[in-house]
Amino acid sequence: MSVKTPSKLEKILSEGHLAVTSECGPPRGSDPDAVKKKAELIKDYVDAVNITDNQTSVTRMSSLSACIHLKLMGVEPVLQMVTRDRNRIAIQSDILGAASFDIFNMLCLSGDHQSFGDCPQGQNVHDLDSMQLLQTVHLMRDEGKFLGGADINRPPKMFVGAAANPFADPFEIRTPRLAKKIAAGAEFIQTQCIYNLDKFEEWMKQICDRGLHEKVYILAGVTPLKSAGMAKFMKNRVPGMDVPDDVVKRMADTPKEKQPEEGINICVETIERLKSVEGVKGFHIMAIEWEEKVPGIVERAGLYPRPKIEAEN
Amino acid sequence: MIVAEKKPVEEIIEYVQDCRKILILGCNECVTVCEAGGKKEVGVLASTLRMYFLNQGKEVKIDEITLERQCDHEYLEEIRDVADQYDAIISLACGVGVQFMAEKYHSVPIYPGVNTCFLGATEERGLWTERCQACGNCMLGITGGICPVSRCAKRLLNGPCGGSSNGKCEISKDLDCAWQLIIDRLKALDRLDDYEKICPIKDWSTDRAGGPRKVVREDVQI
Repeated sequence: MSVKTPSKLEKILSEGHLAVTSECGPPRGSDPDAVKKKAELIKDYVDAVNITDNQTSVTRMSSLSACIHLKLMGVEPVLQMVTRDRNRIAIQSDILGAASFDIFNMLCLSGDHQSFGDCPQGQNVHDLDSMQLLQTVHLMRDEGKFLGGADINRPPKMFVGAAANPFADPFEIRTPRLAKKIAAGAEFIQTQCIYNLDKFEEWMKQICDRGLHEKVYILAGVTPLKSAGMAKFMKNRVPGMDVPDDVVKRMADTPKEKQPEEGINICVETIERLKSVEGVKGFHIMAIEWEEKVPGIVERAGLYPRPKIEAEN
Repeated sequence: MIVAEKKPVEEIIEYVQDCRKILILGCNECVTVCEAGGKKEVGVLASTLRMYFLNQGKEVKIDEITLERQCDHEYLEEIRDVADQYDAIISLACGVGVQFMAEKYHSVPIYPGVNTCFLGATEERGLWTERCQACGNCMLGITGGICPVSRCAKRLLNGPCGGSSNGKCEISKDLDCAWQLIIDRLKALDRLDDYEKICPIKDWSTDRAGGPRKVVREDVQI
């Protein structure tokens, strides 16, 4: 896969390194230090940091502005953008805004339904869906055009990604759905958190059988469990999440004070096992409000130090 | 059909509590089928209001009429001679009927007696579900006859989100995932390969987004 953007993440992947990304949720307020502190904790241990976009539909500081804070401190951001809250005008406008700060990575998502968040009575937009958002970014980048057909002065240079949930239903289209995202323009994939390794490996095999692993960089998503309660919550309450009983049991059988450590052990073991799975090109570590644990996970999983590649500007 | 449900009677009383002569106007079409605004519901609301006013010690005359349709000039003319006698008319028609009434009878306040909910169908007695959002650009031909615009909570046009679980939508275990239904249907039609065709960005100008819509057919105009 040839390099198409100045993205450091793309360069690392194209050189064959296992990439490491993580993510930070912006604060429920306007204090820039909240996001900068999180980024400071992890910046030397990851190649790029995703900034979530009003995740779980709870209103927060905008992803774009938090990405700018990271960019200004020399951290490579991945701008997450959901189609829930913006129409095609706002989407193109925000992409240009991000490009004006030389933000070079973007993750295209549809977003959780607003009924989960703090504004359940609000509208959702979904003028585009995540596939069409991928197409839009490509049109803007590769053809230098707006959706309306006009030329863009200084087109954005985004390395474009999408999410994939290997555990979601319907079963029949788990692989076709990825193929469709690749056809729409996804160049990297960050997966849903993986706890069911067997099922993930089965999915990866289907992907490799279709040769899709040669068309897209797949970063396996991992989230360290903090407690047995979190394991149960994710198993039972989070849509599209597959936490096998043996993982829940392992957490529950661990004394409460040792559970955080055990959750990290599971996370490190997961990375170790998935490193050798064909088609896995890196890891996306989502330590939810637990960013301080990311460096330890990266080190223990043998992914430190990170390759030294300077971001272009 | 247009599916509606009865407004809380307290809200209706708020509108008409100072009136002395009220007409409750039902409609024989969709709202009769969904049991929200037909002759039967007109009678029930009239009885409820009579009881209320009696308890309040107020003398209020409440009449009941149910028209064939309220979205048609011809049928609305049937109350031409009596409409002006009332202090208020409570229309149990859908929002279309209420507005058509208000456009035709300027001097009498028209109040809605139902909430107009969606375009849907009767799945079983007492259960109506949405099937169409009148986007003005039907894509059922490519989605196996199941509409993602009206039946996917995010109106996704290219497949399910990550929240589809055991055939249900992430927002409610009582709600089918539209994309599960579409995939099942494409499979039954031996057209599952069609799933990988990307649905292009939709032209929403025929939807609500394009402003109030009209259909003009010069060939049938008189």
